[in-house]
Amino acid sequence: MPSSSRPEPGHLLVVDDNKVNRLLMARGLQEQGHDVTFAENGRQALDLLHKDTFDLVLLDIEMPEMDGFQVLKSVTSDPALRHIPVVVASAMDEVDSVVRCIEMGAEDYLSKPINLVLLKARVNASLEKKRLRDQQRELISRFATSEVAEDLLTSGFSLGGKLVEASVMFSDIRSFTSIVESHTPEEVIDLLNTYYTLMFDAITSHGGIVNQMEGDGLMAIFGAPIPHPDHRQRAVQAALEMVEMIELLNQEQAVQSQTHLHIGVGIASGKVIAGFTGTVARATYTCVGDTVNLAARLEEHTKAIDKPILIDKATREGLPAIVALADCGPVDIRGLSSPVEVFCVTARQSTHTDA
Amino acid sequence: MINSDVLRSLQDTTDSAFVVELIDTYLDDCPALLDGMRQAMTDGDAESFRRAAHSLKSNSATLGAEALAETARTLEMKARQGQLDDVEKDLESAAGKFAGVRDELEAHKHALQL
Repeated sequence: MPSSSRPEPGHLLVVDDNKVNRLLMARGLQEQGHDVTFAENGRQALDLLHKDTFDLVLLDIEMPEMDGFQVLKSVTSDPALRHIPVVVASAMDEVDSVVRCIEMGAEDYLSKPINLVLLKARVNASLEKKRLRDQQRELISRFATSEVAEDLLTSGFSLGGKLVEASVMFSDIRSFTSIVESHTPEEVIDLLNTYYTLMFDAITSHGGIVNQMEGDGLMAIFGAPIPHPDHRQRAVQAALEMVEMIELLNQEQAVQSQTHLHIGVGIASGKVIAGFTGTVARATYTCVGDTVNLAARLEEHTKAIDKPILIDKATREGLPAIVALADCGPVDIRGLSSPVEVFCVTARQSTHTDA
Repeated sequence: MINSDVLRSLQDTTDSAFVVELIDTYLDDCPALLDGMRQAMTDGDAESFRRAAHSLKSNSATLGAEALAETARTLEMKARQGQLDDVEKDLESAAGKFAGVRDELEAHKHALQL
């Protein structure tokens, strides 16, 4: 941000035991329209941080009572505080300390003696970055739980497109059209809500993200945006849990002599282009590529061979031996030139057979 | 004793009244820091000594008192290694430099207030 443009004012906490430094920083920051609160040591700083909301902390390292390292550690390990950027101020003969602070999660550093021009530029840049992160946080919360959103932000995840290794899952309810025809609109919506609640639970509890819902179908991603080296296994375990949940639901429905649901799940793994698409007001995290197409085709194929969960070879290679599989042979997939090896995951043993 | 470029740059980014306030604060704080270091040396308290030396270094650099900042830095380093036995000479050198710094800063202040 150019120094000529005036930043949006923020509430800043300046932590320094030295009055000359406090005066100097106050001067530079208040001139920019920021609201500045002071702390003379680390303990005071933490008390203030817990009592009030701040947009940025300017932190001296060398202080009595509780030094800058201890403050930084408390801030970065506290979920309520760690989104606040911390800029550390230090003399240049303390390069080791600066490095340690950056490694501990400080946003930036300022060398002492404080140069007011540099102070303004660094603070404004950090505030601007925070504003962007806050926006990202808000956007991410549209498709992820708050825990996932926090994880994403702390792992330095960016919304831009990336080629990543992931497992993609498609799932839908079989013969949903006939269910719609034989039920009242209220019953259909009720059923869909129950179905989605169960599916979301199974997927998110295994680290996946549901990024599309359409009618009775959904698409989920495992391994992106949060990297999970075991994304294949997570996807398959989520699928097994989804099938199991539907069976439990069916047992309940049977008591009320209501409709039985059956789902089909297709999973494919490999490179996908993942990123954030849409507009600022409405956006989703999604992924595209051959892996995505294959997962969708496998889900379609579950109907043809009447198996609940079908996976591709790449997914199979990431599974531990205890997952029961059956080889379904090479299958011609629409849109692909050569047949694809397909495997069926045998659902956990249950009292109902589904054939 | 004072690098006038540093004061000029401070003046450019703020104003005369602020530079006067900063000089007053510095001149108020320094004697206490030097006294604190003398006391810490007598008590053998390297940690207190180091902290006071650190503040003296930092503030002196801010006001352009570079030679004093350098001596304070030497004192801080010695205290960091727990060596308080040979700091006396450097400490008195710092006190002597401060006397010169004070005279120059007072003169600068009066010039600004004219």
